[in-house]
This record gives sequence, C-alpha cells and structure tokens, in this order.
Amino acid sequence: MDRPIRVVVAKPGLDGHDRGAKVVARALRDAGMEVIYTGLRQTPEQIVETAIQEDADCVAMSILSGAHNHLFPKVVNLLKEKGIDDVLIVGGGVIPEDDIPGLIEAGVAGIFTPGTPTSVTIDFIRNNIKRK
Amino acid sequence: MFDKEKLEQLKKSHEEWENTVNTKVIAKRPERKKEFETSSGIKVKRAYTPVDVENLDYGRDLSNPGDYPYTRGVQPTMYRGKFWTMRQYAGFATAEESNKRYKYLLEQGQTGLSVAFDLPTQIGYDSDQALSEGEVGKVGVAIDSLKDMEILFDGIPLDKVSTSMTINAPASVLLAMYIAVAEKQGVAPNQLSGTIQNDILKEYIARGTYIFPVEPSMRLITNIFEYCSESVPKWNTISISGYHIREAGSTAAQEVAFTLADGIAYVEAAVKAGLDVDEFGPRLSFFFNSHNEILEEVAKFRAARRLWAKIMKDRFNAKDPRSMMLRFHTQTAGCTLTAQQPDNNVVRVAMQTLAAVLGGTQSLHTNSRDEALALPTEDSVRIALRTQQIVAYESGVTETVDPLAGSYYIESLTDQIEQKAMNYLDKIDELGGAAKAIDRGYIQKEIQDSAYKYQKEIEAGDRIVVGVNKFQVEESAPKGLLKVDPKVGELQKQKLVELRRTRDNVKVNAALEALKNSAKGDDNLMPLILQAVKEYATLGEICGVLREVFGEYQQSIVL
Repeated sequence: MDRPIRVVVAKPGLDGHDRGAKVVARALRDAGMEVIYTGLRQTPEQIVETAIQEDADCVAMSILSGAHNHLFPKVVNLLKEKGIDDVLIVGGGVIPEDDIPGLIEAGVAGIFTPGTPTSVTIDFIRNNIKRK
Repeated sequence: MFDKEKLEQLKKSHEEWENTVNTKVIAKRPERKKEFETSSGIKVKRAYTPVDVENLDYGRDLSNPGDYPYTRGVQPTMYRGKFWTMRQYAGFATAEESNKRYKYLLEQGQTGLSVAFDLPTQIGYDSDQALSEGEVGKVGVAIDSLKDMEILFDGIPLDKVSTSMTINAPASVLLAMYIAVAEKQGVAPNQLSGTIQNDILKEYIARGTYIFPVEPSMRLITNIFEYCSESVPKWNTISISGYHIREAGSTAAQEVAFTLADGIAYVEAAVKAGLDVDEFGPRLSFFFNSHNEILEEVAKFRAARRLWAKIMKDRFNAKDPRSMMLRFHTQTAGCTLTAQQPDNNVVRVAMQTLAAVLGGTQSLHTNSRDEALALPTEDSVRIALRTQQIVAYESGVTETVDPLAGSYYIESLTDQIEQKAMNYLDKIDELGGAAKAIDRGYIQKEIQDSAYKYQKEIEAGDRIVVGVNKFQVEESAPKGLLKVDPKVGELQKQKLVELRRTRDNVKVNAALEALKNSAKGDDNLMPLILQAVKEYATLGEICGVLREVFGEYQQSIVL
C-alpha cells in the first residue's frame, strides 16, 4: 500500500466514555496511520458515511455502555449493504468474553478489551488490513 | 511552627544526610528509579522533614477541624460523630428490577441511595426513540415518566432515605419526578434530602451526556438553585464533579483545578442571575475520585477543601461559613479496575476507600471487583459495601479527625497540589473562565495528554499494573457476570404505549406548551417542568420541547 493506513475511530451509541477511543486514536496516529476521530454519539449510519467519505481502510469502534451486540453488527451490515467488504472492522471497550464469538461471527475482525496494549491493536490492524 | 535556629541546624544536617546517602549508600544499593514522582508530576523526595513545611502556619493553613479553611475537615468531630454515608451507585434494567436492588442494599446496611440512569434517560430520550435502541436499561435504570419513578421508589420512605441521582442535562425533570413521587407518599419537598449531579460543564469536558448548549444549560442549573433554596432547602442542588475528569485521565492536581474551575463558573452564573451567594452556596456539593496513590489522594482532598474555602470567601465574598465548606462524595477509581484477575480489584478498592476516609469524605461509593467486565453482581456489590464497613468499624482510622495532618509529606503535598491547581485556575481565568476553556478544548487537551502519558508509561513498563503488565496468569473467562435482559427495551416501549393511552393528553399538551413558551423567556422553569411531570408528560417529550427552543450542544473535538 503506497499511502498510510486510514482509520476511522468512532464512538457509536450514546456512551460518553471516550478516554479509550482517544488514547487508541493517538497511538494509531503515532504509529503512522491517518486517524479520523468522529466524536461522540454516532449512529451506525453516520459511521458508515464517514468511513466512505474518508476512504477508510479500517473502522475502530469503542463502546463501554453494553450496546455493542446491537451496534457493532449494525455497522458491519450497513457496510455490506453498500457493497463494501474491504474495510477492516474492529471494536473495543467493556465487552464480556461471552459476547466476543458472536461479534466475530457477525463480522467484527477483532475485539480489544480493557488492558490491551495499544501495540497489540496497532499490529492487528497492520496485519489484517484488507485493502492492498 | 518551628524555631528558626533549630530549623537551620536541621537543614544542614539533612543536607549532610542526603550527601552521605547519595555518595555512599546509592553506590552499593541503588534506588529503584532515578526519580520518583506522584500522578500530578510532583517530585517525591527521599524523606521529608520540618524544612518542607517551614512556612506552615497552623491557624492560617490548617486550623481546627470544622474551622476555616476546613483543611482538616468540615465538621469538628467527623467520623467520631457518625460515619460517612455509604452509598452504592446502582440501577439497571427496569424500575422494578432496580427497586429490588435498592431494597437489598438498604437491608445490607447501606445508608443512602444512589440512582444510576440509563443513557437515553441521561440524554433526555424516551425508550422508544430511535437513538435509544440497544441502550435501554444498560448502564442504569430506564425512566420515561413519573410512572417509572413511582415504581423505582415503591416502598422506600423518601423522608427517611437520602437519594443521590446521577443526572445532569435533564436534572430538573428527574428532580421534579422525585418531588412528585414524594408528594404521593405524603412527604413534603422540604423534608427531602439528596443530591442531583446537575453538573453540565464536566459533561462537556469528560462524561458526554450533554443535551443543550452552555447558556440554556446554565440557566436550568441556576433555576434549580433558586427553586430549591425556597422549596427544597435540604437538597444538594449540584454535585460539582471531578470524578469523571479523573476517569478521563487527569492527574490529581488537574482534578482539583478543573472541578473548582467549574465550581467558580456555577457561582458566577448564579450571582449574575441575581442570587445571593450565601443563599445557594451552602447547598453546593462536590464529587471526587479516589485513586491508587493513597497519600497524594489524601493531600488532594485537603487541598481542595482549603482552596474552595478561600475562593468562596475571597473571590465571592461569602459570609456564611457553610458556603465555604467543601462537602464531597467520593467514588473509588473505576479506571484502576482491571479485567485481569478481577479479585485483585477488591484490594485496590480497599486502599482507595482508606484514602477517601483519611481525606474526610462525606459519602462514598466503592466499586465492585467485576466492573471492568460488566455491571456488578449482587455478591460483588456486597463485598464492595463490606469494604467500607470494615474500614469504618475495624481499621481505627475513624477514631480521630484528619489523622495524617502534620505529616511533613502530607502537608507538603497538600501545598503543592493547591499551588498547581491555582496555576491552572489563573490560566482558565485568562481564557475567560471554564466554559470558554472547554469551548477551546483546553481542558480536554490537558486531560487527554495526561491520559496518553499514563498509557505510554504502562506500555513501557515504567508504570506497573499488577496482573496487566506484570504478574500475569493464564485466565479462563470469568463466570456469572450480570447480564441485562435485552427485553427491557421492549418492556419500556409497551409501558409508553400504555401511558400515552391512559393519561390526559390534553393536559399534557397544555403543560408542554406552557413550558415551551416560558423557555423562550426567562422565567424559572422548575414549576413548569413539575407541572408537566405531574401530568405524566414523558422525559423525552419535556426535553424535546426544550431542544426545540434551546437547540443542542455541539462537541468540540480535540485529539
């Protein structure tokens, strides 16, 4: 790939906890990626719109409110509906281990729970980007 | 406090000691780090002596407990009289479920209630609005109308229990519902005691559940100050919160600085609206975080009390001592809980409890060990409450007031945190006050920089988090976490259909219309909101009307 990886870091839902999202956004930027941070209270539609507008390679979402099972798959499906299948989708936040298989099944490539070093997320994105 | 000559001798002998240690001891046994510092970046010396507090004036800087500037505590007897209020923040799913949890907590010896609302409630949406989807009942209880509130407090005597409600942008609506429920129980507003958080500035800074822009938000807040000073005199009308600022990653000194900066903004707004500082000043309360570094935290609480007392006295000319007393609730630091080896969190919470108590808190919430994973189970909440009870009844630290006073280190730290906070307050004044500083993203950026630094320290191994970047073990997925039934959303929707069918919609519309008209002018909106609530207008309807008139806040994004 001849340009830096472009990542949309998004906060879906009504949850206002953005410490994690912002720390990850800065870490991705320091790792050489181009980061677009959406701010709070994004609907799945808005996130998909931003991803398209920004020609993103990856959408990284963070939820700490427990609404992940509802909102993460919605973003995946909306992208699919638009015929986009080459955007890597990852998520993070307070997500119980039991919920992870279902989210992976739904098309979220990786889930990063509290305590994950940012280097793990960075490597995962680098190694799994679908666009070449 | 010390004899000058003796102090000079001491200075010399201490310097000699330092030299000896630096040249001889360190060579053989090097220290763990080149430099030691607190979360606020205060350099920590090898040992503290009277030299570090040479300018301390007992009467001026500390004084007796219960006396200005209240460094040692706001009451003369503190926990010798009665313990702090043990108040666990709780609420999830429906009002019925949460009512059960409250009754359980009261049976277990909890002494006050603390209501957690779900996000739609906090942002002024009904459970059946599109944006509420997936969020109903998740992080707290869903309240759509007075009906839900009646169920929430069913069988709980509101004249005997004090209730804290974590509600900000729609605080007036939830307070109105509380007043209306009490009335139905035969309890008059002047008998009610409790707190609404009602702190919108920290929502813009760190917590995110804002609705309206700054100006109408400040109006709603001063409306509450005014209304309560007349009608609900025992109510804490605001809980000016550093908790979430710290959770967002600030240091201890930043927590004090930005919280008091917000406090200053509220006092200025109320004074500008024509209220007398001593009319509302005594009902202002605060909310702080209790983090891991015990000694810095104790110093933080003491510094905050002293600084606020000076601000109210010197800057706002308060005359009533109660206006100068910084009374505060504390919650242990959620951000220190680890998803790894969650039982270790019990120990962290115990230390943080100790810090809050040594710092003289008026009430306390202790977090549960499983909260980095999900909402806490009943068992976990009980351990958290027991932690407070053990510190209260078994540790002995409650037998004397402000036991760490006079420690060279604690007094030096208290001074330094106060100084750092004052420097920030000067800077914020230069920017035109807290609201302007938030608008420019200044406060958010300062916090984010600290958060990022903290994370980098963990990843570099300069900061050890036990079980996370050292002493890890292989773990299987934790069992028995609390799960909120996804049907809650459906249940709430059905309740709303029923409500809209059975209430008097003509009266509802009239009340909403009246509220809308008044919102355009400058009347106090509390009585109109109370009227709408009593007619069973929903939270979403009331906030919808206000959204139409006031518009919505646009976040300033800084990275």
